[in-house]
Amino acid sequence: MSSVKLSRRSVVAGAAATAGALSAPISVSAQQPQDVLRVVMHSDLRIVDPIWTTAYITRNHGYMIYDTLLAMDAKGEIQPQMLQGFTASADKLTYDFTLRDGLLWHDNQPVTAEDCVASIKRWGARDALGQTVLGFVEAITVKDAKSFQIKLKEPTGLLIFALGKPSSNVPFMMPKRVADTDPNTQISDFTGSGPFRMVREEWRPGDKAVYVKFDGYKPRAEPPSSLAGGKVAKVNRVEWRVIADQQQAANALLAGEIDLMEAPSHDLLPLLKGDRSIKLVEWNPLGNQYTMRFNQSVKPFDNPKIRQAVLYALNQEDFLKATIGDPEYYKVCKAMFVCGTPLETTAGMEDKLESNFAKSRQLLQEAGYNREPIVLLHSTDLQVLTNLGPVAKSLLERGGFVVDMQSMDWQTVVARRVKKDPPAQGGWNAMLTSWVSADILNPVMAGFFNATGDKAAFGWPNDPELEALRQRFARAGTPAEQKSIAEAVQRRVAESPTHVHLGQWYQPGATRPNISGWIPAPAPIFWNIEKGRGA
Amino acid sequence: MISYILRRLAATVPVLLTVAVLVFLMLRLTPGDPAAVIAGDNATSQQIVEIRTKLGLDQPIVSQFFIWLTNTVRGDLGESFFFRKTVWELISDRIEPTLSLAAFTILIAVLVAIPLGVLAAYKQGTWIDRVVMGFSVIGFSVPVFVIGYLLVYIFAIKLGWFPVQGYQRIGNGLWPWFVSLVLPAFTLSVIYVALIARMTRTSVLEVLSEDYIRTARAKGQTEIKVLFHHALKNAAVPIATVVGIGVALLIGGVVVTESVYSIPGLGRLTVDAVLARDFPVIQAIILLFSLVYVLINLLVDLSYTIFDPRIRY
Repeated sequence: MSSVKLSRRSVVAGAAATAGALSAPISVSAQQPQDVLRVVMHSDLRIVDPIWTTAYITRNHGYMIYDTLLAMDAKGEIQPQMLQGFTASADKLTYDFTLRDGLLWHDNQPVTAEDCVASIKRWGARDALGQTVLGFVEAITVKDAKSFQIKLKEPTGLLIFALGKPSSNVPFMMPKRVADTDPNTQISDFTGSGPFRMVREEWRPGDKAVYVKFDGYKPRAEPPSSLAGGKVAKVNRVEWRVIADQQQAANALLAGEIDLMEAPSHDLLPLLKGDRSIKLVEWNPLGNQYTMRFNQSVKPFDNPKIRQAVLYALNQEDFLKATIGDPEYYKVCKAMFVCGTPLETTAGMEDKLESNFAKSRQLLQEAGYNREPIVLLHSTDLQVLTNLGPVAKSLLERGGFVVDMQSMDWQTVVARRVKKDPPAQGGWNAMLTSWVSADILNPVMAGFFNATGDKAAFGWPNDPELEALRQRFARAGTPAEQKSIAEAVQRRVAESPTHVHLGQWYQPGATRPNISGWIPAPAPIFWNIEKGRGA
Repeated sequence: MISYILRRLAATVPVLLTVAVLVFLMLRLTPGDPAAVIAGDNATSQQIVEIRTKLGLDQPIVSQFFIWLTNTVRGDLGESFFFRKTVWELISDRIEPTLSLAAFTILIAVLVAIPLGVLAAYKQGTWIDRVVMGFSVIGFSVPVFVIGYLLVYIFAIKLGWFPVQGYQRIGNGLWPWFVSLVLPAFTLSVIYVALIARMTRTSVLEVLSEDYIRTARAKGQTEIKVLFHHALKNAAVPIATVVGIGVALLIGGVVVTESVYSIPGLGRLTVDAVLARDFPVIQAIILLFSLVYVLINLLVDLSYTIFDPRIRY
């Protein structure tokens, strides 16, 4: 038997060469150009028509490339954005809108009133609040290139709010040729007038979406305030990178390969918080609200008393602890229209959501609940929702319910919740979800208050009394009147619940320390963000 | 030989047709509604119905199937429900990362595993054999994502030698492409190194006691020539089978690695499509994977004739 012989010198030389090769600067590191912001968003951008879908990632894309006529500021007030201003007649029936000077589309054509009117009509055909508001409109007419008029059949306090609504569907302005697209068909032309424009040829679903600064954008002179004020793009290029694995996204942030994470999962926050090269940013002060939705079209939740029993069985703290964990990122809040907003109220909720199991059992007995199992849809693949199901099951069972919790992925929940079949045949009784607070600021815009039966969102509540209140809200002319109706709505929902609100939670973002200027707003926005030198 | 190849290729048609029917039925029978996903949380029931109609999902399943099958036979795989791109565009965009990763992985696996397997067989019963087989057990036992995170922690975060994630296309330069593939390929290759090394060891052990090995040694040939020329060549058929199956599995089995390293390949596309119920994409990819599997098996069978001239088709 012979063997391969290596001299000691050749071994040493080989080892040295290998070590040299390995330690050579392979060069990957963190040094990134200052004019490029690399971002990991909460999901991949797939659909790019923010009027066609209500998906939040598409809304966020909308804020990159489109602008709005009006926008909500940090105080929750609606301010002119693309508009120079607007006037309302004394009878609140005629509104005249005038566009700012110098507004351009990304193809450098001027923004005209005609474009805006077409955009309002397409948005109004899709958005629930838009449909309500357009129901008040008698006519929208173009006066000249820069101004248009909206005439109402009767006054509504919602017109200005709706045109400045901050979340899905946002009334983004598009060129007329785009806005004339059938509302049920996706647009294929991504020309906007926002501070960034999309680089379509670099958009690779599953990999990245790229935006570059639009040099023709004319920001307002005022400082930025939430979604209103001057939108000044301070980086030349924003890349939305897709990193599906949250841990890897955090690793990439730690290594400086990306600059910003929109929504790191809550279990990663201690890791990021503990690292001096990362800072957490509370970019969405309104936060989000957990919700349990009833299916009122089938037993037993067709009985308001049994739904009321749920309000007594549940409490918010247990849900928030199980899902978010750290009290820094959640708030127990009995206000259905979100704590910290003008319509915040505890009306009707004072004795509820405190896990009064005895009261729950008493109500079930009075209602004649015969222990039919509640089919509770449990989503297992969205981390922020996963733990809600077991908590709900436990609390409901202690409150006297029999619960059949069925676990499935979120997309199956989404498909299942629109089925009206009896629970035994693929239907459901209750499901759990979360709303971005900016979508539920009043009873007209918040979809779960719609109580028009078959026309309402899944769950299909049918409550003429609640609908009458919502109609009154739409016609309310003053904030005081709106507040009083919102209180009445909440009292009504406490008596005959359409859904249960399970507390507010907050989702900080994470950035490298050289990133500054991330403005708090209901949606993540990238104007005003600067990237300094260093880590 | 040519008639054998033609017969094998013809046999792929019923296989693919069966796969097509099964995949189509499974997707339609499992819960999930792409229209509801597309519409978003705030959509009304009416909007979901409109989208379903637009996508043709309101048609009877049989007519949906025949429309899809007819178009597929014509080479039209349809359009993704979500991306407003044709399925061909999506696949052609995603195939480069997956092929690069698979090729790099199998190259590492073959270059590392075969010498290790031969060495283990040659040193049977010694500590070298035990180390190689021990590594093999670890390679089988430790999940890919654990190895992935470990490599990232050491070589990307602590040492900064390689990127944490991402894929650089060949068009961006060979060096960036190579650097972006090192960690994912090493992560993925661990299990294949284990598999191929173990198979090589067993196969080589079987032939080491053969007469022709003794003859080769008696003729005074070096041990390296005996091992790699005589023993390995005669042990190659099962090794080629394992490598072939490994390649086929790699094409579709890179899901975890692509997710951990954020590589926009076919594995990730498949997962995304399944989660979103993007039927045209899922159907096309599964058909593609089936075709690749069948073709690689054919190539493996044909390779036997190179290693063993006694085999004839």
